[in-house]
Amino acid sequence: MTATVKKKRPEFRNINAFTDLPSYRLPAPGWVSILHRISGLMMAFLLPLVIWMFDLTVSSEISFARFSSIFNVGIGGLVLKLFCLALIWAYLHHFIAGMRHLWMDVNHHAVEKKTGTNTAVGVLVLSIALTVILAAKLFGLY
Amino acid sequence: MSVNYGSKRVVVGAHYGLRDWIAQRGTALLMAVFTVVLLAQVIFSHGPMGYDTWSAIFSAQWMKVLTLVTIVALGYHAWVGMRDIWMDYVKPVVARLLLQIVSIFWLVGCVGYTVQVLWRL
Repeated sequence: MTATVKKKRPEFRNINAFTDLPSYRLPAPGWVSILHRISGLMMAFLLPLVIWMFDLTVSSEISFARFSSIFNVGIGGLVLKLFCLALIWAYLHHFIAGMRHLWMDVNHHAVEKKTGTNTAVGVLVLSIALTVILAAKLFGLY
Repeated sequence: MSVNYGSKRVVVGAHYGLRDWIAQRGTALLMAVFTVVLLAQVIFSHGPMGYDTWSAIFSAQWMKVLTLVTIVALGYHAWVGMRDIWMDYVKPVVARLLLQIVSIFWLVGCVGYTVQVLWRL
């Protein structure tokens, strides 16, 4: 008879967000990918805030002034500005990563491992740099 | 193959996700165009950005149409994206269905709100 004891084969199931994710080393394209999802979801959740700001700023001179006073004064203004900063980052990341995505859809060279890594790093650097520049503008540093 | 309903309905097969996939790209391009158009008008505006300059951008008829088309495109784009996220991470059918329905309410509400704002411009 052959051996009855079966060797236990490794089992791979879905990753656990709490035990597996912290130890995973995600390459740059992976970061761009998951941040694309996170930024997209963030913007979907904050869409009413964007439309509310659009409403106040275009509807009338009075509502525009009301928005200015909310946006520029006190702790409420600060919180609103932080939300705007989050939106700015999300938009920039989603936009630039989206452009990379479209490029990868039409160009075979773009999906090569090396090119993919380089463009992913480019997306991260560009989106974060632009966010920092716009954050400085948002908080009146220049 | 010509009959695609009832017990003969083909529930899986090629191209079932293609429409949404293409739509997501098409709507993305449209939103990118809107972004560039809006940004160009803000950058090349004269004087400080106050109510007059800002609201004038959106009161042009073509810009109203472009904004309307963009928000509808955004709704569809976000729907595809949110549905992808729920399908990937939320396995219990009840929770997934609930989140998908809430997403539709959320996005349709946002589009409606935008239409309302554009209407009175």
